[in-house]
Amino acid sequence: MSQRDKKRHTTLLLALAVGMFGFAFALVPLYDVFCEITGLNGKTSGQAELLAEIDRSAAQEDREVKIEFLASVARGMSWEFRPMDKEIIVRPGTMNKTTFFVRNRSNKTVIGQAVPSVSPGQAAQYLKKIECFCFEQQKLMAGAEMEMGVTFYVDAELPAHINELTLSYTMFLVSDLVGSNEHEHLSSHNVR
Amino acid sequence: MDTHSESNSKTRHPLLAFAARWLLTTNHKEIGTLYLCLSFLLFFIAGSMAMFMRLELFEPGIQFVDPLHYNQILTLHGLIMVFGAVMPAFVGLANWLIPMMIGAPDMALPRLNNFSFWILPFAFALLLSTLFMEGGAPNFGWTFYAPLSTTYGPPSTDFFILGVHMMGISSILGAINIIVTIVNMRAPGMTYMKMPMFVWTWLITAFLLIMVMPVLAGVVTMMLTDRHFGTSFFEAAGGGDPVLFQHIFWFFGHPEVYIMILPGFGIASQIIPTFARKKLFGYHSMVYATLAIAVLSFVVWGHHMFTTGMPLFAQLFIMYATMLIAVPTGVKVFNWVATMWRGSMTFETPMLFAIGFVMMFTIGGFSGLMLALVPADFQYHDTYFVVAHFHYVLYPGAIFGTMAAVYYWLPKWCGHMYDERLGKIHFWVATFAVNLTFFPMHFTGLAGMPRRIPDYSLQFADFNMVSSIGAGLLGLTQILFLYIVVKTIRGGEKATAQVWEGAEGLEWTIPSPAPLHTFATPPVIADGDHP
Repeated sequence: MSQRDKKRHTTLLLALAVGMFGFAFALVPLYDVFCEITGLNGKTSGQAELLAEIDRSAAQEDREVKIEFLASVARGMSWEFRPMDKEIIVRPGTMNKTTFFVRNRSNKTVIGQAVPSVSPGQAAQYLKKIECFCFEQQKLMAGAEMEMGVTFYVDAELPAHINELTLSYTMFLVSDLVGSNEHEHLSSHNVR
Repeated sequence: MDTHSESNSKTRHPLLAFAARWLLTTNHKEIGTLYLCLSFLLFFIAGSMAMFMRLELFEPGIQFVDPLHYNQILTLHGLIMVFGAVMPAFVGLANWLIPMMIGAPDMALPRLNNFSFWILPFAFALLLSTLFMEGGAPNFGWTFYAPLSTTYGPPSTDFFILGVHMMGISSILGAINIIVTIVNMRAPGMTYMKMPMFVWTWLITAFLLIMVMPVLAGVVTMMLTDRHFGTSFFEAAGGGDPVLFQHIFWFFGHPEVYIMILPGFGIASQIIPTFARKKLFGYHSMVYATLAIAVLSFVVWGHHMFTTGMPLFAQLFIMYATMLIAVPTGVKVFNWVATMWRGSMTFETPMLFAIGFVMMFTIGGFSGLMLALVPADFQYHDTYFVVAHFHYVLYPGAIFGTMAAVYYWLPKWCGHMYDERLGKIHFWVATFAVNLTFFPMHFTGLAGMPRRIPDYSLQFADFNMVSSIGAGLLGLTQILFLYIVVKTIRGGEKATAQVWEGAEGLEWTIPSPAPLHTFATPPVIADGDHP
């Protein structure tokens, strides 16, 4: 066959290779969507629910769901971090509030970011937060302590076989600050 | 063509001429030789790393290699065996054989071919140089899971990333070349359904390479930006997910394991008919089975990560899809057996290796089926059972396949017959040693011995000692193989053009040794000819 065919086929195959390189990056948002639908990685929604949108009529007064709270810190994080309530009993569709305690044990100002995870993962999408300290980065001066609140409800649609779930937070180190302005650009990348 | 380097060589210093010949060659046979030599060298390097690991595992406790170095050796053993030994060996065979099998004068893109090869020595020099760097070589296993390779990776990880990029470029360009050659340069009359099986399996392998090597390039690029440019693809603190790494990696990784075995299927399909003196049984079903395996390989990556937590439906889908692969693979195994059935078989060395390939690859296939079962996998995951499984499909699979090919086509390449007695000794010792090394790993794995650890509990001591003795013996057989190959290249009984009594195909119509340039005028394939 002709030289032109060879050239055409080479170009097409190169394009396929470049396309597959792009596909690897397309897998990132695809994975996020897939996780949101299936609750694969136990991530809760990073967005606050609007109070007005809650369907209060769906509240299930006779159903009890036990929620356990866990808190841990990631490598390199100098904070003490624990739930004030170990567990609470909630009724799906009704509002609940709990608090977490955090203390900066280092002698520096530290910025941290809490990342939530729900187990079983399937329940993640039914745990709705109105307000959460995990929606933004937290900054603690050296030695400072603080109580941080979470306001949430469990969606009444929660599958019947789930009557116990765990909400855990891991506090990640975003930055150590010794009086620098470094956090200006750090706080700009918004995280869950 | 390399007339350019030939004409220049007369005026230059012989050493310069030698370097120029091999550096600048665009001849498919010479490039094939280069690929095979490099992969053999890297096979020895990665193999000696395996020797160190087995030495450490000879007895419980830490004796010879401390855990940090153990991890580095283990990582490089895997990376070099996969990307440096098995893959380039198959590309080398493709370069040598595909043009001769389809009646083409050379590869379609000869200069690109030269470039694809010469990237590789530099990529592996870079990878091996990490052993001498501060902080040591990569130590996170060949699967380089995040965050081990991102947050916790040693500084040399960046050199590893660059090395992987270079290997990827080499593989992609090589694969493009192979597809363009097969599509455009077949001799008149050679329809797709008349192509030899080796050509078919390589055509499919090349497509797999083009589809997945860029995904590997993508994942290491994400690692690089996570490490240095503030992204958080795999960093939970920044909204990423380390499990995403495993999804992308295994989307590449699963087709990759078929890249390492499909050309071996092709080799067995060439050799078994020759020594059974019958046509390959079920040629068409062989082609379709290979295609089916390739397509299915894209939807089963999740079986490497059942334990990461997955919705039930995903586990079930992946489990069934994985077990479905046993069907086309079974078709191939039965076809090979049916080819041998009532054939007038003789057992020269290539045939021995091909039969060994079929039998022991099937053992590896069965342990793969066991691993595909979700409930069972939770126990087998990350144990020596997995190590036993993939070494059974890679050693008696990919490596025996390559060795069978070398014994089978070496007389065509260099014009001499190898020493049949030594070849048979090589096969029997290697078969004994492979099973001695890897079979006990099934038992230690089922009993719960974790992989990638330099120490183990006392109850595993006996089986590990057996494995280590087998590994030492297996290492010695490589030296025997090297001796046989060098001896054959240097001299020996003259080979005829057909070499083997039952051999059919275009490569057996040209004289032995194959002249540098073949099929300048394409041969004509008659209507009746059929592989």
